Amino acid sequence: MNYLYFLYIEFLSRHNIPKLFGDITFYFIPFCIIAAALLVVVLVLVLAERKLLGFFTQRKGPNRVGVWGILQTVADAFKLLCKENITPKKADRFLFNLAPILAFVPMFAALGVIPYSAEFTFINTQTNVILYLVLAAFPVISIFLAGWASNNKYSLFGAMRSISQVLSYELPIAFVVLSIAVLSSSMNLTGITLAQFSRWGVAGWFVFPCILGFVIMFISILAELNRCPFDLPEAESELICGYNTEYSGMRFAIFYLTEYSMMFANAMFLAILFLGGYLSPFGKYLFNNSFLIYFEQAFWLMLKAGIIIFVMIWIRAVLPRLASFDLLKFSWAVLLPLSILNFFIMVLYKFIAGGGVCA
Amino acid sequence: MTATTRLKLNLGPQHPSTHGVLRLLLELEGEKILSCEPDIGYLHRGMEKMAEKLTYIQYLPLVDRLDYLAGFFYSELLCRIVETACQAELPDKVRVIRVMMLELNRIASHLLWVGAFLMDLGATSPYFYVFREREMILRYFEKVTGQRMMYNYFIFGGVRKDIEFLENVEEIISILPQKIDDYEKIITDNPIFIRRTVNKGILEPETAFNFAITGVNLRASGVDYDYRHQDSLYKGFDFKAIVLDGKDAWSRYKARILEMRESINIVKQALDYLKKSGPLEQRLIPPINLKLPEGEYFAEIEAPRGLACCYVRSEGDDKPYRLKWRTGSYYSVNLLRNILKGEYLNDAIAIAGSLDIILPEVDK
Repeated sequence: MNYLYFLYIEFLSRHNIPKLFGDITFYFIPFCIIAAALLVVVLVLVLAERKLLGFFTQRKGPNRVGVWGILQTVADAFKLLCKENITPKKADRFLFNLAPILAFVPMFAALGVIPYSAEFTFINTQTNVILYLVLAAFPVISIFLAGWASNNKYSLFGAMRSISQVLSYELPIAFVVLSIAVLSSSMNLTGITLAQFSRWGVAGWFVFPCILGFVIMFISILAELNRCPFDLPEAESELICGYNTEYSGMRFAIFYLTEYSMMFANAMFLAILFLGGYLSPFGKYLFNNSFLIYFEQAFWLMLKAGIIIFVMIWIRAVLPRLASFDLLKFSWAVLLPLSILNFFIMVLYKFIAGGGVCA
Repeated sequence: MTATTRLKLNLGPQHPSTHGVLRLLLELEGEKILSCEPDIGYLHRGMEKMAEKLTYIQYLPLVDRLDYLAGFFYSELLCRIVETACQAELPDKVRVIRVMMLELNRIASHLLWVGAFLMDLGATSPYFYVFREREMILRYFEKVTGQRMMYNYFIFGGVRKDIEFLENVEEIISILPQKIDDYEKIITDNPIFIRRTVNKGILEPETAFNFAITGVNLRASGVDYDYRHQDSLYKGFDFKAIVLDGKDAWSRYKARILEMRESINIVKQALDYLKKSGPLEQRLIPPINLKLPEGEYFAEIEAPRGLACCYVRSEGDDKPYRLKWRTGSYYSVNLLRNILKGEYLNDAIAIAGSLDIILPEVDK
C-alpha cells in the first residue's frame, strides 16, 4: 500500500497539488478498485456456482446468454436493477431499507483488510485480524434487522436461526484465529502471511501444523455464510427464502451481492490464515523483481480462494441440510471443545518448535 | 405458557415444499409445532362429479389426471370396474402388459419421490439424478402410449395397442439397479440424512390403522399388507412385500428404495413372458353405448401412494350414478394432524415429505 501511496503523492507533487489533498483522496482509489473488482467477482462467482452445480447434476447450467452463458449473471443483475422495490405495507420502512445497506457496508470494509499482495492492503493496522472478524460478523445484524423489519413470520424465523447460528459458530472461529495468532506471533494479516513463508513454499503453510483448526474453520465459515449444509436461515423448503423473503429488486440484489462477496472474502481469509495467503506455493515467484510480482501474488491468493469456494460449491451439491438442533449442538459440543483443544496444541507446538514462550 | 407466545403460521398453499397446493395451518411455539390443521381443496377439479355427467369411455382419459405421477393405476381401476361389470376375462398377455406398465409407473413415481424428499431435506442434486432415470421410463411410455404422463393406454378389455420396444425396457431394468445403488451411496448412509430421518415421524401401526394409512407408509411401520398379493392381476408373479419395522421417515425412504428394486424384479418377469409371447389377441368391450348393469362395483389396487379404490354405483345407465375414489394421499394428509404434533418445523417438512403426498390425488 505504501508503494501505491508514494506513487500517488509523487504524481500529485509533480502537478503541484498539496500533499493533504493526496492524503484525503488516496482512499478513493482503493475504494474504486474494490468496488469494480467486487462486482466482477460476484458476477463470476454466481455464474461459476450455477455452472458447477449444473455439472455436478449432469446439466449444462446457464448457456443461453452470451458465449457459454457468460453474460447470464450480468443479465440477471440488470433485471434485478430494473425491478420495482416493494416495501410491504406493515414493514418497518426505515429498518427495512436500512438492512441491505448495513449488510453491504461492513462487508465492503472487510474486503479492505485483506492483503491481496505484499503492498496491497488498504487497512493495514497492527491487529486487523480482529477488525476483519468484527466486520465479517456484522452482516448478521442486518440479517436480523431485515427479518424483523419485514414483519413476515418466515423472515423472522430465518433471522432467528441466523442469529443463533452465527453466534455459536463465531466462537470456534475466534479460537482458531487465536491459535493462528500464536503460531505466527502476529495479529496482522500480512504478518500472518509472511510467517508462513518458507523456501519450499507449501511446507510453511499453517494448514500442516494446524489441520484440525483448518477443518474447524472451514466448517464454521460455511455456517457463517449460511451455506449448505448450514443453510437453515434460508432453508427454501421450510422458510421459503428466510430473512430476504420480502425483499425485491435492488435490495434483494444487495443481499445477494453481500452473500457472495462474504463468501469470497471468507475464502480469502481462510487462504490467508492457512494456505499462505499471497505466497507462491513453490516458494519462488515467476516474476521476481518486477512490478508484475504484485499481480502474481494476487493471483495466488485468488487461486487459493477459488479452490476453497469450489469445495464449498461441491459440498452444496452433495449434502442435505442439518436439523436446527444438530446445528447448535455440533457447534457447542463438537467444534468449540475441539477448537479450544486445537488452541492448546498450537501453543504447545509453538513452545516446542519456537523454543520458548516469547519466541 | 400463555397464548401470546404462540405463533400461527400459514404454510402454503404457495410454499416450495408442499408438493402442490396444500395449506397447513400450524400453531407454533418457537419452532415446535403444537397443532397442525391441513386445508385441502385448492386443486379440486370435481373428478367424481364429472364422472356422473360423462360416459365411461369419456371419463377414461380423465382418470389419469387423478395422480399425474402414477396415471396407469387409476385407468387400471376404471377398466377393472367396467371389466368386472361386463364379466370380461383378460387374456394373459394383456394382464402381463398391464402389470409391466404399472410397475414401471411405480418405479417412476418412487424415483420422483426420492428426489422430492431429498429436496425437502435440502439436498438438491438427487433431484436431478432421479429425473435422469425417470426420463428413461417416461421416454418408453411415450414411445408406447404417445404420452409422457397422461397415458390413456389401458382400455376396457385390454390395451390400446400391442406392447413394443421391449429392448428399451430391458435397457431400463439393466441400468436402474446400478443407479439405485448410486443413490443409496450418496443418501442412505449419509450421517446428516440419518440424523434427520431416523426416529423422526414415528408412525405406530395403531395410529396407521386409525388413520387408514396404506401402502408403503404402512409397510414401513411393520405391517405386512400388500394388496398385490391378493390381486388377480398379479397372479403368477413372484415378489415379496417390503416390510420394515423402523416406523420412521428413514424406513419409509428405505422401503421405497427396496420396493423399486422389487418392482424391477416384477418387470423382469413380465418382460420374460412378453418376449416369448405371440401377437396380442384381445376382445375389447365396445365402449360406445356401454351400459353397466344396475348394481355396485368396487375395485382396488396397490398404487404407489397406498391403496387406491374405485366405487361405482350404476343405475343401468351409460353413466355412473355415483363414482367415488379412495386415494392413499388423502389419508396421509389427514395423518399430518397427528404426526406433526410436537415436532420441530424443519423435521415437520421432512416428515410430511416422507409420507409421499401428492395433491391432485387428495383434492380429486
